[in-house]
Amino acid sequence: MKTLLILGAGTGGTMVANKMAKQLDPQEWRIIVVDRDEAHHYQPGYLFIPFGIYTQRDVVKPKRNFLPPTVEVIFSEVEVIEPEKNRVLLRKGNQALNYDYLVIATGSDIHPEEIEGMVDGGWNKNIFTFYNLEGAVKLADFLKHWKGGRLVVNIAEMPIKCPVAPLEFLFLADWFFTERGMRDKVELVFTTPLSEVFTKPRAAKTLGGMLEAKGIHAVTDFNIMEVDNAKQVIRSYDEIEVEYDLLISIPTNKGDEVIQRSQMGDELNYVPTEKHTLRSRDWENIFVIGDASNVPTSKAGSVAHYMADVLVENLLRSIEGLELLPKYDGHANCFIESGFNKGLLIDFNYEVEPLPGKFPLPGFGPFSLLKESHANHWGKMMFRWIYWNVLLKGSETPFESQMSMAGKWV
Amino acid sequence: MAVSVLANVSLNEEGFLTDPSVWNEEIAKALAEQEGIELTEKHWQVIRWCREAAAKTGASPTLRQITTGTGLSTKELFELFPKGPAKKVAKIAGLSKPEGCI
Repeated sequence: MKTLLILGAGTGGTMVANKMAKQLDPQEWRIIVVDRDEAHHYQPGYLFIPFGIYTQRDVVKPKRNFLPPTVEVIFSEVEVIEPEKNRVLLRKGNQALNYDYLVIATGSDIHPEEIEGMVDGGWNKNIFTFYNLEGAVKLADFLKHWKGGRLVVNIAEMPIKCPVAPLEFLFLADWFFTERGMRDKVELVFTTPLSEVFTKPRAAKTLGGMLEAKGIHAVTDFNIMEVDNAKQVIRSYDEIEVEYDLLISIPTNKGDEVIQRSQMGDELNYVPTEKHTLRSRDWENIFVIGDASNVPTSKAGSVAHYMADVLVENLLRSIEGLELLPKYDGHANCFIESGFNKGLLIDFNYEVEPLPGKFPLPGFGPFSLLKESHANHWGKMMFRWIYWNVLLKGSETPFESQMSMAGKWV
Repeated sequence: MAVSVLANVSLNEEGFLTDPSVWNEEIAKALAEQEGIELTEKHWQVIRWCREAAAKTGASPTLRQITTGTGLSTKELFELFPKGPAKKVAKIAGLSKPEGCI
């Protein structure tokens, strides 16, 4: 009996487990999934919680429900991965698991303690994050009673999970405070370490224009050094101060600590991964999916989804002793919520930045690319249903793994 | 000096070398001068580390990679290369603009 071990049952790990369970002969293979947490979070939903659009109930479901019955699931912290022994040690019962193949899907998380002063006084009082469920829920409570002031959204350091989410937060905040008749009492400010408001030039131009039109002030090249909660300012390394009444922080993102304990990661605990095959650069029987990898594309659910097809194909080829195919092209796409029931859609890969045009999607589309529309907003809202009911289960979707130039205006 | 050394060097609109293979220490000094930086041994230590890192990975290192790799603090790097050290070192070291962030 051989073992496929999957660490992490988030978006990537769950999809791989489902797809592999359909492919591997249960007489020959056991599939084991390990995760520390029994709850699966629909992370794109966090964004909507502060504004009362979603509640906790909309974004949390039991992980077990999304994994096939033939897969063995262990809920435990992983102590360490020992790749030279093909073995993983679990904290629960000091159990050792041997594997033939390992899939690392341990994700990434926020680390507010990386920034001086962030968690010292104001955390969850007048400093919040919406990058985890607890923060999003506490911020929702806070916003119900907030009388207005200067709201600052700060990105501490790149890369971050879902790099459009901070902009979406600001667009939704503009809509939320307008609806509540208090937009004139709220100043919206965005600070980013990037030189533009987004990572990709053409999208940055469009999104920058939208911020301006909505009266949201952007401070670029702002590298946060510390939070001075006594003075209510954030200070950059070059001593620029930005005042806040309410600070929304997107702290440093890092890969899981087990990667660090296992000495398998880079300076941010991301696992070095061959960017086109998704195999670990160091170990032939280890594959990496989603946020856990260091490949230079967005850390996002859509990315994990497109990676899953390539990873599964290559994992099966590796088991068969065949050459891996360099098929992952960095494909990512995201609906960007822009407030007032509108949204944008961007679609890109390693080589091609988001372009305007149309995104043809059989049965649903076309959606406008890099342009606001109502359809894009409904696409985003519909996506939660697709996520829970189609995507996680590894079923066929009309989305192609590789990016297509069809409909794009070059 | 900067003008004469850079007279025959092609730069893109953001001031990065269009052909990184022409880079030499004289060009680095001239590029630094344009940024208002006089290169000390500490600057060179960072420049050399970044060139080695880029040769290995094929990409300009991020700020965090530079601090981890050189042992210098972020604050020190901002003192050496004010306003965006990762970008500034890359420019002076003849590397491409750091992508780092997607």
